[in-house]
Amino acid sequence: MPEDKKRRRGKPTPKKTPMREREPLERIKHFLEVPYGYSPEEAVQEAQRCLMCPRPFCVEGCPVEIDIPGFIDLIVQKDFLGALLKIKETNSLPAICGRVCPQEDQCEVKCVLSKRWEPVAIGRLERFVADYVAEHALEPPPTLPEPNGYKVAIVGSGPAGLTLAGMMAKWGYKAVIYEALHEPGGVLTYGIPDFRLPPEVTRREINDLKKLGVEIITDFVVGKTATVDQLLNEFGYDAVFLGTGAGLPRFMNIPGENLVGIYSANEFLTRVNLMKAYKFPEYDTPVLKGKRVATIGAGNVSMDAARCALRLGAEESIIVYRRSAEEMPARIEEIHHAEEEGVKFHLLTLPIEYKGDERGWVKKIVLQKQELGEPDESGRRRPVPIKGSEYEMDVDVVVVAIGQVPTPLIHQSQPDIAITKWNTIDANYETGATTKPGVFAGGDCIRGAATVILAMGDARKAAYAMDYYIKNKNKPGIWEELRSAKESFVPKREVSAEEEEETEA
Amino acid sequence: MPYKILKKETLAPRIKLMEIEAPYVARAARPGQFIVLRIHEQGERIPITIGKADKERGVLTIAFQEVGKTTYHLGTLEAGDELLDVVGPLGKPSEIDKFGTVVAVGGGIGVPLLYPIVKALKEVGNRIIMIEGARSADLLVLEDWFRPIVDELRITTDDGSRGRKGFVSDELRDILESGQKVDRVIAVGPAIMMKVVSELTRPYGIPTIVSLNSIMVDGTGMCGACRVEVDGKTMFACVDGPEMDGHKVDFDLLMKRLDAYKAMEKESLELFLKTKEASNARG
Repeated sequence: MPEDKKRRRGKPTPKKTPMREREPLERIKHFLEVPYGYSPEEAVQEAQRCLMCPRPFCVEGCPVEIDIPGFIDLIVQKDFLGALLKIKETNSLPAICGRVCPQEDQCEVKCVLSKRWEPVAIGRLERFVADYVAEHALEPPPTLPEPNGYKVAIVGSGPAGLTLAGMMAKWGYKAVIYEALHEPGGVLTYGIPDFRLPPEVTRREINDLKKLGVEIITDFVVGKTATVDQLLNEFGYDAVFLGTGAGLPRFMNIPGENLVGIYSANEFLTRVNLMKAYKFPEYDTPVLKGKRVATIGAGNVSMDAARCALRLGAEESIIVYRRSAEEMPARIEEIHHAEEEGVKFHLLTLPIEYKGDERGWVKKIVLQKQELGEPDESGRRRPVPIKGSEYEMDVDVVVVAIGQVPTPLIHQSQPDIAITKWNTIDANYETGATTKPGVFAGGDCIRGAATVILAMGDARKAAYAMDYYIKNKNKPGIWEELRSAKESFVPKREVSAEEEEETEA
Repeated sequence: MPYKILKKETLAPRIKLMEIEAPYVARAARPGQFIVLRIHEQGERIPITIGKADKERGVLTIAFQEVGKTTYHLGTLEAGDELLDVVGPLGKPSEIDKFGTVVAVGGGIGVPLLYPIVKALKEVGNRIIMIEGARSADLLVLEDWFRPIVDELRITTDDGSRGRKGFVSDELRDILESGQKVDRVIAVGPAIMMKVVSELTRPYGIPTIVSLNSIMVDGTGMCGACRVEVDGKTMFACVDGPEMDGHKVDFDLLMKRLDAYKAMEKESLELFLKTKEASNARG
């Protein structure tokens, strides 16, 4: 390690530099973003906590392998633009990832500091540099590469599609994204609420991709408006990437679930976020505002829905979850925010029926208490019904947030793109290669509902594989090679012997 | 990409026809499918059935009745104006086959959707009896579309001002009771009409197809606003339909769900009409 960098090595302190937030009672009156983000001073102070490990485990925890100590070192030197450009080497959506990545399970969990203290607040720092550079308009226009003459189609403009498009564009490909909705961003736009990810942040990072030459065509449903075959044969694309997400809501199929006032989380959040129903009647799309709203499930989407319900004016917003607090799949931070805002939790409770009035509106949920039994296939303890424990809860709006599955539109219109028994697209996780030559896939459509950053990691691997494929199309057995690959085509990060040694020491 | 209105026509009081430039959609459209459109940035997404689709010109023809804010607003637009979004073609296409004698029942704003279906059914050799109904003679629309492609066109009006006085179902009952062979019935229109038609054909065991007009947001299977119960199972009208087996649809549930936003729809429309009035007064 160079001497000057060594000097900048941090002085570890036990706690993360706190990030200021809006007060819970104030913020539930509107949809403005909850945390304010770091000031430059706070960012530098937090950056100085980094030990600059020569062999950084945090990078291994990052699905897109951001050079984390590299960008943090630049923050210490107050070179915020340099820090952003360092992140952008492998991640084109830093302001988004800084806000919605589960860092506690990715980079921060690997931080050496976390063995004794709180890890470096990598996510907050990432968010800071992206916001700071945008606010001060510091980023120069990108230098565009020489076009290489190839063009690729991307289906879906969510995190996976945007990531792949950005990478391909940087390498000289013409990248065209087809989006079914009227606004790009996928789950970032329709799913994640404004108070967690303001739409202008998403728009800003999408605009940056457009500056790279990425083209986005909205109102285009691949599988309906045109098929994948048409994209390849008529539109003349050299390859297609499917980043179609997991947008199909799951229901429990219990009696009364189709009563008026019972929403899928997708519908509720789409109305509120994408269609801005919270601004009705200024915006045309309505949403039913309940006084007592129950959200079924305890994932991130459930927390989002329960917090939206409060902001729409619910007197009570209740999470109903069949397991215990320990098994809740949501991020700790999201659960904490929901609790602060007054969301109530009815744990070990399972809805078994909905009851409505004569107009068909939901009025009550019949709930059944559960106790935890043996672990199930997910490793979490299985909820077991307690007989005779049924009781009723009054509600006027219910949001069913028990998960999403991938849309069947692609497979239905193009059966040679096979799906698995979980309805996900059958793809090699290292290359994204599907059962149809020339067609790659990544993100939630191959994993089932997961996270933004995992989708971006898939897209990054698929981009390297797609580049390799297009340039070696005539190589015999190329598709079999991509289908059966055990390792991705992403170049390995170089670790010098000297760094190895230092880490050992 | 803006979608230009090329032509606008008033077919009847509060019923309008529009030609919209949407080349991709027009090229892919098949009978029975629909579009979702949005007029402006603050607008809602509404499903509208596709009447005609001219693949060469890349033009869709839609007809709609002004019932809520968005359709009223749409009705104020003129040729040369643009829609912000048109997406489609959505839903599963109709099953087109040689069934024999098909009775097509159209009420109100279901009539335009019947056109491509009837046309395709006629082209493969079916005999078509069309029953078109409206409240009164001035609300009967698109007769000129159907005349050349059906074998029989029967008209009903609630007030008797044209054709038979009564409902489309009365005419259908006569056909069924006359004993003539009917191989398939297709009904498109208000939920209550489709329910009555389905009940009429049930004892005869005649396959009866209805096209559901549920509330939708995305129209691609993402939200489930349009869910209906068919044979006791939850289906999405947007991707599993819009056509369903009329004998298996829970129409009562459909009607309740159609009323979900009634109060807010009224508020929105009143606000729109008031603002329009004010701007007219100023202008």
